[in-house]
Amino acid sequence: MQPIISISKVSKTYATGQQALNNVDLEIRQGEIFGLLGPNGAGKTTLIGVVCGIVNPTSGTVTVGGYDIQRDWRAARAMIGLVPQELTNNAFDSVIGTVRFSRGVFGKPPDPARLRRVLEDLALWDRRDSRVMTLSGGMKRRMLIAKALAHDPQVLFLDEPTAGVDVELRQSMWQAVRRLRDAGVTIILTTHYIEEAELMADRIGVIHRGEIVVVDDKSALMQRLGRKQLTLELQAPLAELPPALAARGLTLAASGRELVYTYDAQAEASGIAGLLSDLEDAGIGFRDLRTTQSSLEDIFVDLVREK
Amino acid sequence: MNLHAIRAIYLYEMARTRRTILQSIVAPVVTTSLYFVVFGAAIGTRIAEIEGVAYGAFIVPGLVMLMLLTQSVSNASFGIFMPRFTGTFYEILSAPVSAFEIVIGYVGAASTKSIILGLIILVTASLFVPLRIAHPGWMIAFLVLTAVTFSLLGFVIGIWADGFEQLQFVPLLVITPLTFLGGTFYSIHVLPPAWQTVTLFNPVVYLVSGFRWSFYEIADVHVGVSLAMTATFLLAGLVAVWWIFKTGYRLKA
Repeated sequence: MQPIISISKVSKTYATGQQALNNVDLEIRQGEIFGLLGPNGAGKTTLIGVVCGIVNPTSGTVTVGGYDIQRDWRAARAMIGLVPQELTNNAFDSVIGTVRFSRGVFGKPPDPARLRRVLEDLALWDRRDSRVMTLSGGMKRRMLIAKALAHDPQVLFLDEPTAGVDVELRQSMWQAVRRLRDAGVTIILTTHYIEEAELMADRIGVIHRGEIVVVDDKSALMQRLGRKQLTLELQAPLAELPPALAARGLTLAASGRELVYTYDAQAEASGIAGLLSDLEDAGIGFRDLRTTQSSLEDIFVDLVREK
Repeated sequence: MNLHAIRAIYLYEMARTRRTILQSIVAPVVTTSLYFVVFGAAIGTRIAEIEGVAYGAFIVPGLVMLMLLTQSVSNASFGIFMPRFTGTFYEILSAPVSAFEIVIGYVGAASTKSIILGLIILVTASLFVPLRIAHPGWMIAFLVLTAVTFSLLGFVIGIWADGFEQLQFVPLLVITPLTFLGGTFYSIHVLPPAWQTVTLFNPVVYLVSGFRWSFYEIADVHVGVSLAMTATFLLAGLVAVWWIFKTGYRLKA
């Protein structure tokens, strides 16, 4: 299937000489939620800016829905909705006024019924006549989403959508995002909260210092790079590890009451079977065991460190 | 042509005018009325007629121009500066709307506002002094051309300005002095010959002179010259705006 966004060899060097993007290649599939993950200053916002026409790339090409963002910029931009990171707003305007404006500048005829649905979905309809400056932070964030959705975009960029948003609102925001995805909207969200990408995304790309470090399905990425940890709760605490077990890379934890074994979930042989028989041979009994998979956070830290 | 976008920008800006009606319409009308009370009624009766026109009536076109110039510049500069200042301009930059359409929206709204203002001031003036408009068509033409030209200038200032100080700088320290020295309250023929020549470098002279000609058929420079100069200023404004969007100056990184 043709990707809905195709970014090819895009670089951006700002007038200050700072290189924000370095030869970025990235394809976004139609209908997916793509998580673009990276630390602050990695180039996430610059990359979004290039696709949306706010930042001029130094080199490279981008197509959206098959339209080149330079040559067929009108068609490309009409497909995109952007929710910026900053809570920018026209403080003195009304909610409905600013959302109506957004629909208009994106070239869509007025449609009060459509705007009403958008505002209702984001629980803003009751505040439609309020001045933007009187809204709470969470409401302003939702208003920016309403603005981005006012022209029925097929691609939605959410740049750090949950910065400064409380847990409850975050969840309702994610529900809204899932509803959009179900309606066929492709969603690209940037975040430096790994849990968010882990929770929401179908695929994840990691960007660091202006380069895409890895792109993969979320589960594949976690499996590929994920390490698992086996923890055994011992029946009786151990003062020290028998030499045979220490050689397997085991460590003692919880004052000798637990044994911890770290292994690669993707390796041919995890070594667990051998470990367990060694334990039996050594006469060490255990009451319980649990395994934990490393989070995207750990994966991410590893990736960035490798670079 | 993204007509919906032009409409959206235009209506948005006009709504801003309605929200700030006191500052945008009432204040200039009050200011102008004060000029008429002071220069027209109080002092004007002691000043001789200028080229056959009572002083109070003579200053009307100049006063309308003064308001038209300052209001066009400040409306248009504010209209484009605010979205840049608050950061909401990202939306327009990312929208399928061309530079030309953006300019039509913003400059169109700013000029509409100052044209309405100019007409209100004319009506106000007619309450104080007997007005005669010899060439209403030309009067409207000068009004519209000047409003558009100076709204374009305001647009450029709004993009150039880094802060509110620069935003105020041009209307207060450039436009107002040039207007006062541009024959608003006097005919430049009363000046010594050397100063008459210097005054000809003041662009406002051509605007005021042409505008006054459409009322009383008296002019400091030939009306054709006024028209040509006004058209030149308009062209200069268009080129500046074209260059801004071409290069992304102060708009895009």
